[in-house]
Amino acid sequence: MAVTIEDVKKIADLARLAFSEEEYIQFTGEMNTILGYMDKLNKLDTTGVVPMSHPAGGVNFMREDELKPSISPEEALKNAPAREDNFFSVPKVI
Amino acid sequence: MLPYRTISEKQELIRSGKLSLLANVSFYLSRIRELASINAFTEVFESDALSVAEAIEYKIKSRRHGKLAGAVIAVKDVLSIKDKTLTCSSNILKDFKAVYTATSVQKLLDEDAVIIGKTNCDEFAMGSSNENSAFGTVKNPHNTDYVPGGSSGGSAAAVAAYMCDASLGTDTGGSIRQPASFCGIYGLKPTYSRVSRYGLTAFASSFDTVGPFSRSVEDSALLLDVLSGYDEKDSTSVTRQITGVYPVLHEKKKFTVGLPKEYLTEDLNPEIREKVDEAASLLKKAGHSVIEVSLPHTQYAIAVYYILATAEASSNLARFDGVRYGYRNEESRDPAGMYVSSRTAGFGKEVKRRIMLGTYVLSSGYYDAYYRKAQQVRQKIASDFRKVFTKVDLLLTPTTPGTAFKIGEKNNNPLEMYLSDIYTTSANLAGIPAMNIPAGKAKNGLPVGIQLLADQFNEEYILQAAMNFNKL
Repeated sequence: MAVTIEDVKKIADLARLAFSEEEYIQFTGEMNTILGYMDKLNKLDTTGVVPMSHPAGGVNFMREDELKPSISPEEALKNAPAREDNFFSVPKVI
Repeated sequence: MLPYRTISEKQELIRSGKLSLLANVSFYLSRIRELASINAFTEVFESDALSVAEAIEYKIKSRRHGKLAGAVIAVKDVLSIKDKTLTCSSNILKDFKAVYTATSVQKLLDEDAVIIGKTNCDEFAMGSSNENSAFGTVKNPHNTDYVPGGSSGGSAAAVAAYMCDASLGTDTGGSIRQPASFCGIYGLKPTYSRVSRYGLTAFASSFDTVGPFSRSVEDSALLLDVLSGYDEKDSTSVTRQITGVYPVLHEKKKFTVGLPKEYLTEDLNPEIREKVDEAASLLKKAGHSVIEVSLPHTQYAIAVYYILATAEASSNLARFDGVRYGYRNEESRDPAGMYVSSRTAGFGKEVKRRIMLGTYVLSSGYYDAYYRKAQQVRQKIASDFRKVFTKVDLLLTPTTPGTAFKIGEKNNNPLEMYLSDIYTTSANLAGIPAMNIPAGKAKNGLPVGIQLLADQFNEEYILQAAMNFNKL
């Protein structure tokens, strides 16, 4: 299945990225080459094979909900690009 | 270059007063300065390293010291150290200060290691050449026109060029073993979950591992033992009891070693083939048996890996949006525009390429065709290994299809770059341990590596067998 430049633009939008027209053309070519290579998987019959999401084979680990020390608001905010009091500040939403 | 070969020998020299740790740390710091053009470090902790040296030397002399006392270790800059910059070699995190310390690094500190600095790598550990760093390409110390490999290129170059005793790297698809091979040192990717990932910036969470680079098998074993074990802060970390490898390293066992025929095809560089054959005959001479085996789904590993790893990356890297930390582009007046402009300006090209691929394979309409299909083939690849490890203890393969390539050589062809990971990604898909063992040099003067793989948690076999190759 060939990837079109419109597909690439849609994917960029989903990924919250933007590119120049030239880059969109380049990405379209590259994605077709890479995904074309990946199409080799379709030659393989995988009927009934259980998908493997993880090599550790564990299930959900639950722990007691105990109160433990964590980082302070000051620590949490020290890398904030912008803050107001104990909040992260962002451009106006509405 | 140094009066010791291993960390344990170093401790003995310090204890007997024949080596000053302060002088040793100063030596490494001067190497780092002299070899600044290798570009191995993103930050050097000069005063921190010098200030702990005396106290650690005293501990060694009074025989009350940790297992890594005096070992000078560099840490790949994708691992957090509280209050130090954590860049992941990305502009998006250029000024980020870590708020806690990675468990793997904390374990080194608890055992009295000297952390000398953070090493350069491919941005967010994505790459096979270290050319994708916001802080510039790392150079191969054996020939500076060549790449050191990636993504842990700085960690590999720093150990190979004697800028530290050992280092930590991370391996998601070969990022420890491939640079270890290109730089001629040992590089061990542990079993998935054996070493805590807490404090490691996530790239592909079901593949990421933390492991050591070293100039000896002994040091790899020592570091592995320190790093291993359950961590309540990483819910995927191993819950079973891990026994130490270092104390049993010299045990002489007779192994059955498999040579997978799919790894030894005609595409393989003949000089590397020769090294694998040499290693096989050395093992036979030492009394191990070597047999041919098959891993029939090997040819699908790269496709599976680059679907699943990019999918996981696109999801993990969604957190970089300019809201809570990292670079924020101030031009946009609405939040969505801010996410787009911050990410677009902050991420480098390869990272964006992988986010795009990962978003594509997870997007509606393609999920089953790519993502689910790849997960099924991952199962088949893992099952190949499960089957083969009922017959053999170890697998012997090349680490890379060729020696280090020239800087810029593969930069414009992402697929070709991905294909250079052909012998390493399978171990990450199956979650098994694997190690690069330096095997001399090719005619071009660049190092060649061979790889040993074992079933999950059988690092012991790999390291014991690696002791046979001290003469290679």
